[in-house]
Amino acid sequence: MRKLSPFYRSLAIAKKDMLIFYLKGPVVIMGLLFPFFLFGAFLIGRHLPHSYLFVVLMSMTTFFTSTAVGPTIIPWEARSKTFERLISSPVSLTTVLLGDMQASFYFGLIITLLVSSVGFFLKIHVNFAIFSIAVILALLAFSSMTILMSSYPPTDIPADVMMLSSLIKFTLLFISGIFVPISKLPPYARWVSMLSPLTYLVDALRHATYISAFFSVYTDFVLLLFFAILFFVLGVYIHQQVLEKRFM
Amino acid sequence: MPEEVIRVYDLKKYYGDFPAVKGISFSVKKGEVFGFLGPNGAGKTTTIRMLTGILEPSEGRIEVFGMDVTKNKLKIRERVGIVPEMANPYIDLSAMQNLFLMGRLYGMKKREIKERSLSLLETFKLYNKKDQKVRTFSKGMKQRLSLAMALLPDPELLFLDEPTSGLDVMSARLIKDIIISEQQRGKTIFLNTHNMQDANELCNRVAIINHGKIVAIDTPEKIKELGAKYNVVEVSFSPFKVNEDFFSGKVKISGNKLNIHTEDVHRTIEEIVEFARREKIKIVTLNVKKPSLEDIFMEIVKENA
Ligand SMILES: Nc1ncnc2c1ncn2[C@@H]1O[C@H](COP(=O)(O)OP(=O)(O)OP(=O)(O)O)[C@@H](O)[C@H]1O
Ligand SMILES: [Mg+2]
Repeated sequence: MRKLSPFYRSLAIAKKDMLIFYLKGPVVIMGLLFPFFLFGAFLIGRHLPHSYLFVVLMSMTTFFTSTAVGPTIIPWEARSKTFERLISSPVSLTTVLLGDMQASFYFGLIITLLVSSVGFFLKIHVNFAIFSIAVILALLAFSSMTILMSSYPPTDIPADVMMLSSLIKFTLLFISGIFVPISKLPPYARWVSMLSPLTYLVDALRHATYISAFFSVYTDFVLLLFFAILFFVLGVYIHQQVLEKRFM
Repeated sequence: MPEEVIRVYDLKKYYGDFPAVKGISFSVKKGEVFGFLGPNGAGKTTTIRMLTGILEPSEGRIEVFGMDVTKNKLKIRERVGIVPEMANPYIDLSAMQNLFLMGRLYGMKKREIKERSLSLLETFKLYNKKDQKVRTFSKGMKQRLSLAMALLPDPELLFLDEPTSGLDVMSARLIKDIIISEQQRGKTIFLNTHNMQDANELCNRVAIINHGKIVAIDTPEKIKELGAKYNVVEVSFSPFKVNEDFFSGKVKISGNKLNIHTEDVHRTIEEIVEFARREKIKIVTLNVKKPSLEDIFMEIVKENA
């Protein structure tokens, strides 16, 4: 009998995550309601072209939906004593994390696709190819980021990770050229914003909607991919290093 | 000679500076139920986690199916079923969904998982609850599901960490019966327990572990024999009188009775009679108590503390 490959096994893990986590309160709040309200707050009292708003809406949706679940999965598993069973099955820790990452990715993808239909109604002129590639690469980067976020500290208290990851997320939100375009930032702030993967999504979406952008679209793509790989590899590495601490 | 499924050489584990396992060696034969018996904190769970490749040993070597565990974790695990201590199924999933996840993790096909799950749910008396969320399950039902999940891929070797601890008689019985029937089907079982009765009933061989060291390893019967020296002679006199130095065995007083721990029952009884005669007191009751496996266990553990 031929056994299924690690990728198929990681799909089962992703499916489990989706069945369990997507209806939990904090996920709904952080992933769905929150970007909605934030966007609302941003809208009030401004008169910006629709395509500007579309970029802001799409970057926030992509960012918040794909980072809503991920950081708390492993701490939650450790807490509810399901983690040991998972890692004592014939899958590597990398496969487990790949599954968790996919859960974030698919959740982000579905919601982002739904929300992007707004662009359709507003009749925004979008370069579909750039838009799709940017969103997919960004979803990869953000969902990998959640793997990194859940890796340290090796706690079994989901609320702790939630707090830490929110702190990071908000920092990124404000340095990524969503509210103030990078071109209008002072040079030192520009350097800081280059450290955020969200910056490149925003920039690429500006390309996709024919707004002036700061980097070339290829730079955006390459850096998003770079962050995706970096976060995942680093996240897996740290998870491996602290694995034993999760049983203390 | 039957093939050895597990071989452990001088295994050690430190948590920081703390030695939880201090150099143990043993092997488990194919088709055997091997019990790892010890009090709380003895190092049973630490050992099982090393055997299943969850924790890295600090020192020593473990072979399962003739392969080094550190290097062949996944290959070995394909053939192994594990019920970790306090491992819960996912409470937000149904019994069936939990089994499905497990099957997928073992790379099984949909149809195979379904057929096997339904028959296991039947065996574990969970069939009627198969689509209910595990959240609604009792502790016993969760543990039964947990064992069903471990058995799903029909593993050659099972690691069970205190599978009946804290369960009611019915659930515990069901689980023990399944352990017995798995053994009859030729499976090898490594069982952590602190329950003497279970060890006695289920195991072909038992290792007694305390403070990270194996202090005895043998069949339950042999361990009982080995414990012959822990006989207790219980006696009461009227009027009550005691002189501890008079007896060769160790004397403990409980109420108006003396419990004399002795290897030599004959000699102790002679001493009792002699004592009664000398002190001009009457022997009211006299009992020779053979130690249970539990007494022996307590004695061995005490001796090696
Ligand atoms: N992660 C850890 N960090 C530090 N010490 C630990 C850790 N896990 C276990 N210990 C210690 O190691 C010793 C052995 O623990 P272990 O859990 O292996 O015992 P056990 O025999 O399974 O006990 P129990 O019957 O309570 O399950 C104990 O003294 C425990 O306090
Ligand atoms: Mg234990």
